[in-house]
Amino acid sequence: MSVDAATVRHIAKLARIAVSDEEVAALEPELNNILGWIEQLQEVDVTGVQPMTAVIPNTLRMRQDVVNDGGIRDDVLANAPVAEHGFFAVPKVIE
Amino acid sequence: MSNLTDLSIAAIRDGVRDGSFTAREVAEGFIANVEKGRSLNAYVVETPEHALAAADAADQARTSDDLKPLSGVPIGMKDLFATKGVQTTAGSNMLGGFKPVYESTVSRKLWDAGAGMLGKLNMDEFAMGSSNETSAYGPVISPWRRNDGGNAPLAPGGSSGGSASAVAARLCPGATGTDTGGSIRQPAAFVGISGIKPTYGRCSRWGVVAFASSLDQAGPMARDVRDCAIMLEAMSGFDPKDSTSLDMPVPNWEAALSSDIRGKRIGIPREYRIDGIPEEIGRVWDEGIERMRDAGAEIVEVSLPHTKYALPTYYIIAPAEASSNLARYDGVRYGLRGTSDGGIDGMYQATRHDGFGSEVKRRIMIGTYVLSAGFYDAYFNQAQKVRALIARDFERVFNEVDLILTPTAPSAAFALGDKSSDPLAMYLNDVFAVPASLAGLPAMSVPAGLDGQGLPLGLQLIGRPFDEQGVLNAGLALEERSGFTHRPKAWW
Amino acid sequence: MSSYRIHGATGEWEVVIGLEVHAQVVSNAKLFSGAATEFGAEPNQQVSLVDAAMPGMLPVLNEECVRQAVRTGMALNAQINAWSRFDRKNYFYPDLPQGYQISQLYHPIVGEGVIEVLLDDKDESTAKQIGIERIHLEQDAGKMLHDQHPSYSYVDLNRSGVALMEIVSKPDMRSPEEAGAYVRKLRSILRYVGSCDGNMEQGSMRADVNVSVRKPGQPFGTRTETKNVNSVRFIMAAIEYEANRQVEVLEEGGTVVQETRLFDPDKGETRSLRSKEEAHDYRYFPDPDLLPVELSDAFLDECRETLPELPDAKRHRYEQELGLSAYNASVLTADVTTARWFEELLAATGKAGPEIGKAASNWVISDLFGALNRLGRDITDSPVSPKQGADLLGLVADGTLSGTLAKQVFEIMLETGQDPGRIVEERGLKQTSDTGAIDKVIAEIMAANEDKVAEYRGGKDKLFGFFVGQTMKAMAGKANPQVVNELLKKALG
Repeated sequence: MSVDAATVRHIAKLARIAVSDEEVAALEPELNNILGWIEQLQEVDVTGVQPMTAVIPNTLRMRQDVVNDGGIRDDVLANAPVAEHGFFAVPKVIE
Repeated sequence: MSNLTDLSIAAIRDGVRDGSFTAREVAEGFIANVEKGRSLNAYVVETPEHALAAADAADQARTSDDLKPLSGVPIGMKDLFATKGVQTTAGSNMLGGFKPVYESTVSRKLWDAGAGMLGKLNMDEFAMGSSNETSAYGPVISPWRRNDGGNAPLAPGGSSGGSASAVAARLCPGATGTDTGGSIRQPAAFVGISGIKPTYGRCSRWGVVAFASSLDQAGPMARDVRDCAIMLEAMSGFDPKDSTSLDMPVPNWEAALSSDIRGKRIGIPREYRIDGIPEEIGRVWDEGIERMRDAGAEIVEVSLPHTKYALPTYYIIAPAEASSNLARYDGVRYGLRGTSDGGIDGMYQATRHDGFGSEVKRRIMIGTYVLSAGFYDAYFNQAQKVRALIARDFERVFNEVDLILTPTAPSAAFALGDKSSDPLAMYLNDVFAVPASLAGLPAMSVPAGLDGQGLPLGLQLIGRPFDEQGVLNAGLALEERSGFTHRPKAWW
Repeated sequence: MSSYRIHGATGEWEVVIGLEVHAQVVSNAKLFSGAATEFGAEPNQQVSLVDAAMPGMLPVLNEECVRQAVRTGMALNAQINAWSRFDRKNYFYPDLPQGYQISQLYHPIVGEGVIEVLLDDKDESTAKQIGIERIHLEQDAGKMLHDQHPSYSYVDLNRSGVALMEIVSKPDMRSPEEAGAYVRKLRSILRYVGSCDGNMEQGSMRADVNVSVRKPGQPFGTRTETKNVNSVRFIMAAIEYEANRQVEVLEEGGTVVQETRLFDPDKGETRSLRSKEEAHDYRYFPDPDLLPVELSDAFLDECRETLPELPDAKRHRYEQELGLSAYNASVLTADVTTARWFEELLAATGKAGPEIGKAASNWVISDLFGALNRLGRDITDSPVSPKQGADLLGLVADGTLSGTLAKQVFEIMLETGQDPGRIVEERGLKQTSDTGAIDKVIAEIMAANEDKVAEYRGGKDKLFGFFVGQTMKAMAGKANPQVVNELLKKALG
């Protein structure tokens, strides 16, 4: 499996990372190199093997339905690039 | 008082306790070293006021006989841990100026145990790297130099490169690290110190900037095994805020520390003898094996047949998780916001273009690709199956042996710039470290010798899940028999 | 059963409908954080650091949300998966702080189930089974305001992380009416279970509507998905519009584009959400911050034990045990608050169900509902309590009040909130069966209307009603009508 420039651009778009032509040109061989190397996993026989779900045997604990957080708007907004009237503000989204 | 900075954590703790010196003297000594060592670029933020406040509290506590396990011990904090009110950037422009309003569980535990913070330690951006060259703050420089007279600045390893360099150069007696695929062990080996990655789930991940959730584990880096045990005890423990945290009591690792490993069975995996690595690595490994035998352990050759697939497996799973974990850096709620005329998507793309460095982008791209439509089964799911096989290999071997001994890294420290243009060559640094990460096992690097150029080499001990004690004890045995006392000459 | 067809130029078309209903789970705290879920707070006041996706924050699952999903699944006779897990659905949007929604794609907590709907409340033969494909738990997104600033959109994360159940039906519906009946029934069950308040106006229940058309007997056509429709009426209107639009497209030789659409309630139309140039690629994978959800038998038993009697069972019981008509049973069980009110009423009468059930159901449906309708009130804030209603029914049953008097008393109860006993007492509204008094009145009326008496006796039976009316009027409505009837018959011969 190999990626071409169009695929690189597509992935970059999915990942919301702007890429210049030069960056695409640099990424294409790099990604192909890495992906080509990863390809060797295909030779492993995994018949009947379940994908790993928990690294170390452990069971999920659940939280009680108690309100013990929130009410910290200033903290939540403290590092915002732009916050107005208690909201985060982002470039206008046209729906 | 400069000799105080040569003391181990245990010695500082004990000295403060018995009144040989004050915690403030210790803190001041290290603060002075931090300032002198700025050329190493190990610290990205210095917090002498934090260290002094903790020291004063320790001195106060001594008068009221209220000392805590780490009272009087100033440490360095990897910049991946959120520290309340203190800039936390994960070595990235993306989080430039980010001051968390919260404290990570691990750092909170350390402060609660009486430790003070000398500053935030440089690291590879978002912990992605093996040389500390991907940091937005520039590379950390290893205090070590080759003895051939060449003065090429060396990499301290990564991603916990700042931690490694700072401990080795006495800019702190111990530091936190995090290990996703070797980021504690490989830098520890590169600078001749000890570092342990505990069993996955021992240390809470809450408040640690995430790289790859199923692999990330915090752990200590210090000058010797005992200090690692002391710090790890303070850092570990169940945290209800982390769903993958282990709900188990924290053993008294220091108290139970013993280099008596007679009768222990130590496995030597044949698959770790790989082509193309320096002969010295094999030599140090063989010496280590002899020392373990000498300590009364039984040496058993074992096979971990899926070892060669560990690294490619890691480079699917870790980037996949990272591509998702790093999606939150979108310029909306914190951190950098890029400028663009292209509406919301333009803002996202500019933010993530400007905020992430090239290695982080590369991994996000790989992760995005392997999860994208049509590739999930071939890549991600296949990798999770191979991961299960790798874990099964260990499980089987641990029916026969108590511990596994391997080299930590396939080479000694390399020069800055040597590998930064070849991602794959860089990734290969973690070839011995990654299998234990994929299986969530406790693993430790201890210094074991020097190579021909006088650079440290480390050996790795891998244990059964939850058996940090066994790893630490074997590490201590190795440490005692290696007699590794080398330290870099202060040129900085 | 359904013969809903669109009559196109090329013949008849069948409509195929599937619904994905997003139901907000009733819980105090969010799905993965301890922030409150309450509606209507100041912006970003119900946001934890986890909800804002600060670096290093981690999710911890709220057990109550799991319980609610499981109970809902049980109420829908669905497969409960004791092993499920959460996946990440990755996409970028400012109302999605993590950059992914924690959802369940591969292993949902609830599997296949079924809902029975009645198209006609009075007619069991109109029953239809609608398949449930799955129910999964997921996080809600935040809210965006686009009209507060010329160049900014504002983001409020109060809803971010609130638990939703996505209840996915099979494509089993064939008409807008079936879809409407399905949503109403689903809402009814959710309210019974208490897992969702079903409040569509506040957005705690909304539907993505999948519609396709085909010639009967042909394979499924290409479907469109109309997002976030928030009332039963709109769902039905969206289906109707969308089905007709698709028929038109197809009959003009076009093809239906698989796309996401929006319903415009003002115009009653759907419109394309300009399909983003590239298809969504959500890159689902298991959330590594969470472990699989493994439910114990004890947990499942507890869920089962806390399930209330559900609307279908209740309806059958009302018909069979209480002797209610199919219609009454259906009306009284459709909404849990009505059923609860009715049962409190029955209990307060102190009488056996079959004895009072029918009268009680009639009174609730005609008198009480009529009054509530007039007052624009809901049964939950009825001015008359179940106990008061029961007292009123009791006064009718023991003959204290006639039907007419009861209506009068009820009006006063609505106005004053007083108990019926007190009203009867204070206003002297008791009906009389005092034959002496009634006989006296009858004698006076017959005396005053000798011509009518003659006519009646001459065979004009219809005049009996006239005498009843006159007698009741003279008695100010307080005479026992049965007694009046008897005495009149005797007196008139």
